Amino acid sequence: MNLSDAPILSLLLAVPAAGALLLVLLDGRRPGLLKGVALSTAVVELALSVPLFIGFRARAGAIQFAEQWAWIPALGASYRVGIDGLNLLLILLTTFLTVLGILSSWTAIGRHLKGYLIAMLLLEVGMIGVFVSLDLLLFYVFWEATLIPMYMLIGVWGGERRIYAAVKFFLYTMAGSVLMLVAILVLYFQNAQATGNPTFDLATLTRFARTLPWSTQVWLFLAFFVAFAIKVPLFPFHTWLPDAHTEAPTAGSVILAGVLLKMGVYGLLRFAFPLFPQVAQAAAPYISVLALVGILYGAFVALVQPDVKRLVAYSSVAHLGFVVLGIFALTPQGLSGGILQMINHGLSTGALFLLVGMIYERRHTRQIAEFGGLWRALPVFSVLFLIVTLSSIGLPGTNGFVGEFLILLGAFRARILFGALGTLGIIFAAVYMLWMYQRVFFGPLDKPANKSLTDLCGREILTVAPIILLILFIGWCPGPLLATIEPAVQQLLALFG
Amino acid sequence: MSVPVYGYVALSGLLFLIGAIGVLVRRNVLVILMCVELMLNAANLALLAFGSAHQSLDGQVTVLMVMAVAAAEVAVGLALIVTLFRHQGATDVDEVSLLKG
Amino acid sequence: MLQYAWLVLVFPLAGVLINAFFGYRLGRRACGALATVAVALSFLWGVGILAGLLNLPAEAREVHLALWDWIVAADLHVGLSLLVDPLSVVMLLVVTGVGALIHLYSNGYMREDPDYARFFTYLNLFIVGMLLLVLADNFLLLYLGWEAVGLCSYLLIGFWYQKKSAADAGKKAFIVNRVGDFGFALGIMLIFATFGTLGFREVFERAPVTLQAGGAVATAITLLLFTGAIGKSAQIPLYVWLPDAMEGPTPVSALIHAATMVTAGVYMVARTHVLFALAPVSSAVVAAIGTLTAIYAATIALVQTDIKRVLAYSTISQLGYMFLAVGVGAYAAGIFHLTTHAFFKALLFLGAGSVIHALGGEQDMRRMGGLFSKLRVTGITFVVAWLAISGIPPLSGFFSKDEILAAAYHSGNVPLWLIGLITAGLTAFYMSRAVFLTFFGDSRVSHEAAHHLHESPPTMTVPLAVLAVLAAIAGLGASAFNGFLEPVFEGAHAAEAGGLPEAALIALSVLAAVVGIALAWLMYQRRAIAPERIGARVPSLHRLLYNAYYVDYGYQRLVVRPLHALAQWLARSFDLGVIDGIVNGVPALVSGMSRRLRGWQSGYVRRYALSLVFGVVIVTTVALVMVRTI
Repeated sequence: MNLSDAPILSLLLAVPAAGALLLVLLDGRRPGLLKGVALSTAVVELALSVPLFIGFRARAGAIQFAEQWAWIPALGASYRVGIDGLNLLLILLTTFLTVLGILSSWTAIGRHLKGYLIAMLLLEVGMIGVFVSLDLLLFYVFWEATLIPMYMLIGVWGGERRIYAAVKFFLYTMAGSVLMLVAILVLYFQNAQATGNPTFDLATLTRFARTLPWSTQVWLFLAFFVAFAIKVPLFPFHTWLPDAHTEAPTAGSVILAGVLLKMGVYGLLRFAFPLFPQVAQAAAPYISVLALVGILYGAFVALVQPDVKRLVAYSSVAHLGFVVLGIFALTPQGLSGGILQMINHGLSTGALFLLVGMIYERRHTRQIAEFGGLWRALPVFSVLFLIVTLSSIGLPGTNGFVGEFLILLGAFRARILFGALGTLGIIFAAVYMLWMYQRVFFGPLDKPANKSLTDLCGREILTVAPIILLILFIGWCPGPLLATIEPAVQQLLALFG
Repeated sequence: MSVPVYGYVALSGLLFLIGAIGVLVRRNVLVILMCVELMLNAANLALLAFGSAHQSLDGQVTVLMVMAVAAAEVAVGLALIVTLFRHQGATDVDEVSLLKG
Repeated sequence: MLQYAWLVLVFPLAGVLINAFFGYRLGRRACGALATVAVALSFLWGVGILAGLLNLPAEAREVHLALWDWIVAADLHVGLSLLVDPLSVVMLLVVTGVGALIHLYSNGYMREDPDYARFFTYLNLFIVGMLLLVLADNFLLLYLGWEAVGLCSYLLIGFWYQKKSAADAGKKAFIVNRVGDFGFALGIMLIFATFGTLGFREVFERAPVTLQAGGAVATAITLLLFTGAIGKSAQIPLYVWLPDAMEGPTPVSALIHAATMVTAGVYMVARTHVLFALAPVSSAVVAAIGTLTAIYAATIALVQTDIKRVLAYSTISQLGYMFLAVGVGAYAAGIFHLTTHAFFKALLFLGAGSVIHALGGEQDMRRMGGLFSKLRVTGITFVVAWLAISGIPPLSGFFSKDEILAAAYHSGNVPLWLIGLITAGLTAFYMSRAVFLTFFGDSRVSHEAAHHLHESPPTMTVPLAVLAVLAAIAGLGASAFNGFLEPVFEGAHAAEAGGLPEAALIALSVLAAVVGIALAWLMYQRRAIAPERIGARVPSLHRLLYNAYYVDYGYQRLVVRPLHALAQWLARSFDLGVIDGIVNGVPALVSGMSRRLRGWQSGYVRRYALSLVFGVVIVTTVALVMVRTI
């Protein structure tokens, strides 16, 4: 059977949903069984997503593995999914991080384990759905569907201020997506009125959106942009992130930083750019300025955070600033780098949260001041943390460098000043990450509670090791990934002539 | 010899008014429920009257629908009342103001 | 042979992997031996490469090895490719040769450290990074090696991480270097924006055509690249990390912070000489900063009491010399000084390490003295290095320094030459001071330390001896060296002769050295002039020099603290107050309104029913009125 004929994408959506359903039916008092089912579902999902990468033909450029059925014919909404260079890697990232997320919660989740695992799997369905949808209504449904399990993950299994963080996360994101819904509906009705053929199909609406008057396009672009910018989060829409990250359980943070934030950037690339290319081009300088502010601002604020997780959260603001700077450079390197950096950030920040979660499980604190000299007690942990830190500050030889360099090069070619200011960000990244690293791992091991810590166990190493390998692999051979991205970049560039 | 349509409507209006006043003034939950039923049936009567006046089946069909819904409503309503009684030990609606803002 | 040049990278890389995963299981001896052998194999392989290169005709000695595509995005093609030419081979041999000796030395020096596997892993990793740096065939790979050695430097300075000062110094080194790398990275981007490629060959071929000589772009590119060099090679104003880097184990100081890594900036300028030739302004800046740094650091070294700090400032000063050389277009002379400096400065550091080792960790020269008779091998080799750095013929330092001074003189920039000459005198003085205070005169060693005083084991003294021989005789190969490098620097303009004859220049520089040594002898050996009296005469000057012109203090006050305060304000007041304040303000507004409205919700079902009825009445009335009006 030809690989690209199999309905892999539908399977990808069905498997975690089926896994969640199975969990519902299982006895909640058998944690081993529950975890086994959840983990094997996630692993099957990962295994299913690999053929996408193998069967994907980078040269083809068009949508592949496409599937289409009527969904609500009366509204012109259809189930229309497919992948191209834009979303393929993000899907792989999602399936990959979900496995690690479930592995990382092996011992960390004390209560309502069943609900937790169900939430994780449903979240995976939502995320995959967001990435594969090519129909605006379908996309919107999945987009909102990711909110609920994440809201649960933060609100039920979170830290002390979990309710505040969960509600803030939910409402903030919701406020943005309502704007997007309005924009989608405007597009839909305008199109239906003009052509007499109501549809939510992205390709059709893309052709139609060009014909709208300029001012309408600007408003619609802004509505999409705000929804996505909140998710990214772009300065100044970022304040939900530190709270959500700090309160979320480890796996929640991993998925949140690794995948959910990418949905914002992905939305910009998949919807905002093709629908309103002229507006995007006109807005690029202003948005780039926001991105630059985010890079420097995130770095500065991260510098003085007393909590490791908050620090990493603010570093995400800076890193996502890089990504947005790259894609709004609208140059080939900027776009390639931006898309690659999404993956890189997912890996490195995901790993950081996993590692922070491991130390939190041991010490039940994340305050930097509570640590110090941990290298002596936890050498393996420290080395892994170091490699991830270096990836996060974009040291050459790690994945972070490839992405950041391409982004900065792209920004530099678009506007020299923006490239230069963005490059300043690499100095500050080193400052806050290394200072944190030093305070946690170097110095004397003088806190009694730290002396008795045990180093990572096999499962924990197994959780982080794949990310470390990918960090190094992408650092030295980003070729396969960049080749996957390339056709999508060309397509995007074609929009801007 | 047929009763003119306004007769039915007047009766229906009277029944509805009795039901509405009952809902407003009585405090026993059970009586309130019965008054609500009365209002529903007043409306049914009006529907039937207009239906037959216009020689249309729509009125009768709607009444059948309303009766079905009313049956379900009574079932749910009674269940709620029973639960409420068990919970609060009273059937007085003024005792139940948990939804106070 | 040349096709397999990449094997030089494989040996130390294998060392890294084996020691990282199995180092502690191998045991101390095997771990150290493995690391040393890996680098030695690289060196031998390097010798083979040299032989292969010598077999080729002089103009064909440039081999490009493409290993694999690294970053490919649209018109950007960066390969992981190596360049083997005389310049890179010289660097390769210096790095692996001196590196192997220092690895051997470390076997003895780190004998008692429990973290030996980590140490040798870092050390081998450093060799990998440094080899990538010198063998890179494009700017981005050069940058990769550049950052990789920076990382190793960070890790090794902070090797004794439990000491706060060591961890701080490592972080400082990394961050200050990043400031320089900021310029370097921008330079690379500008190169790509200008040439559309990052390959050395393509850029250098196109440069004379694409760039206008003396134009703004050429100047900008070269100045940005030089910013990177300023950071890595510790020049003004980014030199502040190097003295602190002495917190690392002494072999590290010798290898990374004297012989190899810090010279990467010089190598980079030499490598990109085609660009610098097109930017006379930048070359002048390079020469000026180099000269300024040379004398500046030398004055600080005059009064330091920590032996490693003296050597650190001396290294900064000598690096300044190298930049003076490449700034005036004498690239071969700069690289030659780089090589001889690698020998004698590594030797000085290792000798100092041997002294520190013998004294059980003592680094203050005020508590040394008279060690020559106790530490024979260390003493003799140290003296050789001292004479070499002071520029006493026929030792290596004399030849290389003289070449630089001559080139500076002939470039027509007499002030630079004069400052260089004075610096030569200062260098001779402070090195002599260090030697007299450490090895000669009365012993001021504490009683306890004197008790344990012992010469170092052979693993430490053999490298000292080898380096001493090299430091002594390397100068004799000057002309062969220059001839070998000639094809690389073909385009570099030769200095025109004129003014003072060659012999007079040589005489002057030897004179400066002799005066410096004699003065130090009078002050610290004969005690004819008591140094304390001079210090007491001008206490403020002494304090200024001793505290290195308070530059660190200034950076702390003017850069670090304001930025930290800004970060605090942004995090505390602006982010939580203003931005999050607005975010939380919206729901606060809504809930304030709803609090007013909720009074309507009495909870009494009958009241709800009543309002329902009223509602119906109102709606019906309105509807009826509207029907009437239609």
